[in-house]
Amino acid sequence: MFLALRDLRFARGRFALMGAVVALIAVLGVLLSGLASGLADAGISGLRALPLTHMAFDEKATSEQFSRSTVEQRDWQTWSRTPGVERAEPFGNTLANAQVTQGAKKAEQVNLAVFGMAPDSPLAPTPTKGEGLKEGSAGIVITREIADLGVEIGDVLTADKSEVRLEVVGLVDDNISYGHIGVVYADLDTWRHLHYGLPGDLPEAVSRQATAVALTLKPDADVAAAEKATGTRAETKEATFNASPGYEAESSTMALIKGFLYVISALVVGAFFTVWTIQRKPEIALMKALGAPTGYILRDALAQVVAVLVAATALGTAVGLALGSALIGKAPFSLSAPAIATSSGLLIVLGTMGAVVAVRRITAVDPLTALGATR
Amino acid sequence: MTTPATDPRAAAETDRSGGLRLHDVSLTLGDGDTAVTALDHVSLTVAPGEFVAVVGPSGSGKSSLLAVAGGLQRPTSGTVHVAGTELTALSDKERTAARLRHIGFVFQQSNLLASLTVKEQLLLPLHIAGRLDAAARARADELIEAVGLTHRTGSRPHQLSGGERQRAGLARALMTSPAVLLVDEPTSALDRVRSAEAVRLIAEQTHERSTATVMVTHDTAIMDAADRVYEMVDGRLS
Repeated sequence: MFLALRDLRFARGRFALMGAVVALIAVLGVLLSGLASGLADAGISGLRALPLTHMAFDEKATSEQFSRSTVEQRDWQTWSRTPGVERAEPFGNTLANAQVTQGAKKAEQVNLAVFGMAPDSPLAPTPTKGEGLKEGSAGIVITREIADLGVEIGDVLTADKSEVRLEVVGLVDDNISYGHIGVVYADLDTWRHLHYGLPGDLPEAVSRQATAVALTLKPDADVAAAEKATGTRAETKEATFNASPGYEAESSTMALIKGFLYVISALVVGAFFTVWTIQRKPEIALMKALGAPTGYILRDALAQVVAVLVAATALGTAVGLALGSALIGKAPFSLSAPAIATSSGLLIVLGTMGAVVAVRRITAVDPLTALGATR
Repeated sequence: MTTPATDPRAAAETDRSGGLRLHDVSLTLGDGDTAVTALDHVSLTVAPGEFVAVVGPSGSGKSSLLAVAGGLQRPTSGTVHVAGTELTALSDKERTAARLRHIGFVFQQSNLLASLTVKEQLLLPLHIAGRLDAAARARADELIEAVGLTHRTGSRPHQLSGGERQRAGLARALMTSPAVLLVDEPTSALDRVRSAEAVRLIAEQTHERSTATVMVTHDTAIMDAADRVYEMVDGRLS
């Protein structure tokens, strides 16, 4: 980097301008990554937290399965008898509206993403405060998002329509949500009351239903046979994320914006180094005439590109992290180290690729032009 | 276990006796109807320590002579020897290496790199050669003193006058102890007094450092300092 470093210092104004563009894109990259992780957390952190490998939905439900699918008792029983299936148990999922009827925040309206499960199942929550679910009781375990509204252990919520009384018995002090709504855990019968909007005793047919079969499969599980026997289709845990409302649209929108950002950044860097290299042509010809191999000049130029990109991206990432930390809690935003590292890394890699196209011109410069025009 | 024969510096020193030898060199530029004969059967031998001037109008082939002698361009026919190495027999890569090792160029208007100080201009060829050491720095200081630029060591080209730039260019060309020094129109940007000074300095360094020096110019007023003067007309040397 003999010449590259000195060029950086000498033409610092121009490099600073270009670096500022890259740095700003890096800031945007961090914020978008944070927003994407935040949206993902708000959308599916409840599903992510469940200890399972697959979920089996009614095969007739092909999209938004969590609101469309219904499975029967015999389905999870068949699944649990299938070889290679470690665990199969009913899982209920529904969105419900309720009102605080007893407690400090009386009359406060809350939205609930209700996850129903057997209290003795591994799916059931381990509360950080209070108690867990109990069979045959209408107790629910809330998560932080609901607690942040002022709902406390001991409060009573009453569901709209079904008028079911829900007593808050425990709290999982974590941001766990589904479809941007805070999760509450309930036993299956309570979930059924809420899902079907039925007060009092449940009809016989309904009391054997759930939304999906939560599965823990070994690699050799005979999935096809069980699917056929039950009329369900098993999806991996990650695939179920797309079954949650809006998640796929959100994540693909964010991916599209990020993709454009990387392309723009690569083009800006490529354009800058194209102009820079063309401007440097006489100096490149001179270096070649002096006896510099093309490889020497290329290495020098690429080292410069990488130095500028790394410095600008590091600066932008730092600023982005500072801004992002201030956003946490005010927006669906969470900082995930792998996502930010990927975003910053891609910025550097794609920027370098853009610049490689530009500095390749170095190979074509003819040292003869160093001798001047009078020939 | 470095034997003198494999050490490039030692090789350069021992082969200095070779000087520059062009034998029956022709160069045709373009082809078909637009073909131009830039060099027409040119032969020229310059011994170490000898200062040869080539004068001629623009378009006479002077720059082509430098391009071929300096290994920037392959002649259509004929051979070029520099410091005992036959340039015309080398690949493009090897010619680039030979330029670095054996040939010093002083370009028109000196052609310095904008971002480098005078001293860094001198160090660059040795950095390219991978031999940027304390000895190189000492040699740079010595050459800067020899061309009278000690007070300008840390200046960049835009802070130098035309004459100072030319002297920096000469010092850079001498950094690698070249066997052959090729000078292209050294006075095109200088007034008469400074031109004479610049050429006197080239002559002095040629004799002191035993380089085989060829200077091409259209300025007939500066030939007095040369040991021999040739005239170039339509690609022929006389």
